[in-house]
Amino acid sequence: MKKSYKIEVDCANCANKMEQAAKKTDGVKDAAVNFMMLKMNVEFEEGRSAKEVMQEVRKNCKKVEDDCEIYL
Amino acid sequence: MTKKQKKMLIRIIAASVLLIALNFIPVTGAVRFICYLIPYLVIGYDILIKALKGIKNRQVFDESFLMAVATIGAIALALYEKSGDYTEAIAVMLFYQIGELFQSYAVGKSRRNISDLMDIRPDYANIEKDGKLEKIDPDEVEIGDVIIVQPGEKVPIDGIIAEGNSSLNTSALTGESIPRDAKAGDEIISGCINMTGVLKIRTTKEFGESTVSKILDLVENASSRKSRSEDFISKFARIYTPAVCYAALALAFLPPLVRMLGMGLAPAWGTWIYRALTFLVISCPCALVISIPLSFFAGIGGASNAGVLVKGSNYLETLSQTKIVVFDKTGTLTQGVFEVNGIHHSKLENEKLLEYAALAESASSHPISKSLQRAYGKEIDRSRVRDIREISGNGIIAFVDGKEIAIGNDKLMKHLGISYISCHDVGTIIHMAIDGEYAGHIVISDIIKPRAKDAIRELKKAGVRKTVMLTGDGEKAADHVAEELGLDEVYSELLPADKVEKVEELLGAKQEKAKLAFVGDGINDAPVLRRADIGIAMGAMGSDAAIEAADVVLMDDDPMQISKAIKISRKCLGIVYQNIIFAIGIKLICLALGAIGIANMWLAIFADVGVMIIAVLNAIRALFVKKL
Repeated sequence: MKKSYKIEVDCANCANKMEQAAKKTDGVKDAAVNFMMLKMNVEFEEGRSAKEVMQEVRKNCKKVEDDCEIYL
Repeated sequence: MTKKQKKMLIRIIAASVLLIALNFIPVTGAVRFICYLIPYLVIGYDILIKALKGIKNRQVFDESFLMAVATIGAIALALYEKSGDYTEAIAVMLFYQIGELFQSYAVGKSRRNISDLMDIRPDYANIEKDGKLEKIDPDEVEIGDVIIVQPGEKVPIDGIIAEGNSSLNTSALTGESIPRDAKAGDEIISGCINMTGVLKIRTTKEFGESTVSKILDLVENASSRKSRSEDFISKFARIYTPAVCYAALALAFLPPLVRMLGMGLAPAWGTWIYRALTFLVISCPCALVISIPLSFFAGIGGASNAGVLVKGSNYLETLSQTKIVVFDKTGTLTQGVFEVNGIHHSKLENEKLLEYAALAESASSHPISKSLQRAYGKEIDRSRVRDIREISGNGIIAFVDGKEIAIGNDKLMKHLGISYISCHDVGTIIHMAIDGEYAGHIVISDIIKPRAKDAIRELKKAGVRKTVMLTGDGEKAADHVAEELGLDEVYSELLPADKVEKVEELLGAKQEKAKLAFVGDGINDAPVLRRADIGIAMGAMGSDAAIEAADVVLMDDDPMQISKAIKISRKCLGIVYQNIIFAIGIKLICLALGAIGIANMWLAIFADVGVMIIAVLNAIRALFVKKL
């Protein structure tokens, strides 16, 4: 399952960091952050609830880049 | 400017004013330190907080950390040496923030620029209810509903015109500025702007499946597919920053220790720590990290404005390396519309022969029959025709005005035992016999697109080494087209599967770095489009299959667009390489100068902020592709 989320982040490097953090989150198969469009595309692993996984993704992203937001 | 940006601007101005004012106030010692601390905190408090949070979250090597360490270090050094020179530290922070502000403004600006270019998203659809127009969300319109588009409005959903005449501005879709005429019964695609008359359109698709939605989706997701240059940069940044930090650490401690222990000299701690701090300021990778994706984003945005949709940064990169272009003939280089090109050996007047031909073929819907009817150009009176017999694969025999007309290929003539004259011209030859006697033949051929020849020449100019044409047509017709256009190689009489094989053969024969592009009209060459290094579909307005299969979609069917697409990609990649070389080059030079003590903090600020601003301005250049 794939979903797209709107994000808020200030710099391109921070966006890269968010992408890495999202990729490492449990339940995420693949993630891509598009800094120019301010979008995060997440592909979830089979049978995982997007809602729960995204909470984790958001937490992990906040950890690497304090000044970011994912609109769930 | 956003609220955040405005706040930053105020902080920058306040800090600058304070800093300048302090230069004129003669204070010394602890008072001086506290005075200077005020502008420092005004401009840098958020960076310090971020750096602390970064350390807490074990994300040490980020920009905030670098800036915090460099500036605190510089202040500490000024305290230790009792020089009282705090200006440098504040300036580093100040310029860093100016750079960040500029970057966020530039990115926001180009984001807006590109969404303006792609300003084709319709906000509403009009439907008629009880004699009144009502605006509704295009998502709510169902297939088969009738929507009304007034002059000046965008067509929101694909459909067929039920009522009305108008001209359409398709420039947002194709980059073509000449308006197109539309009348009842015509297909109409979303994203066009209705210019003159009111149109009633019966929708054939849902909003989400309409051309405009697909295009927007494609463009918005394009920069998610990252190119190799972008991957390189994000990997580089990941290694580079920590590496420079360790180098700075080494620079701060090793030389003084060596001097002290090895050479018996004074350690000169101050000098070396200052150099190490300069290192840290230079080390910020922002210029690279921002300018490369921004270049691609601007390149893709500029291209879509010119009617060239590129599905990802990676494809833009591949496109720029294209050395071999393989064309499908029909519909790509030729119009795919058959036309009567000549009438030979006619015993009657040419018009009369054409009239008989058109009448005899009046019941058929074959493209060739259609072209005969079109060439005849007058109303066909079916009552003059009777007893139409179709001899499959050969032709037609029918009675027109009481005369027996036989019309068809060589086989039909042989079958009827009529001697015929072969033709030297290229194309499909239609023989005719009247009452059992040979009456001449009509030559029908596909016509070459008017700008195809220029397009091939432009491709060569753009650095394409080899042009190849693949076609299912006969050898004679194919060779003729190839010669006319100046193509290098031609392969004819191919079945669709043979085309894939041929492309594979060409892929195997070329060098690894030279990329092969296949250009087709996307109707039945989807497998070849997928197989090539890069698949280009032309004239794809409204054709879903082509948009799916291709990597690059040309909205117009003008072959000149192919060279335009390649030129756009070359320009964009050129900018990318300029930025990579420029940014890395300047940083390395400044690092070297910093290590041997020539570069001071001010040069470091230029290496950081100055390079970033120049790189961003250069990246935005990729947006301008009109004159290519």
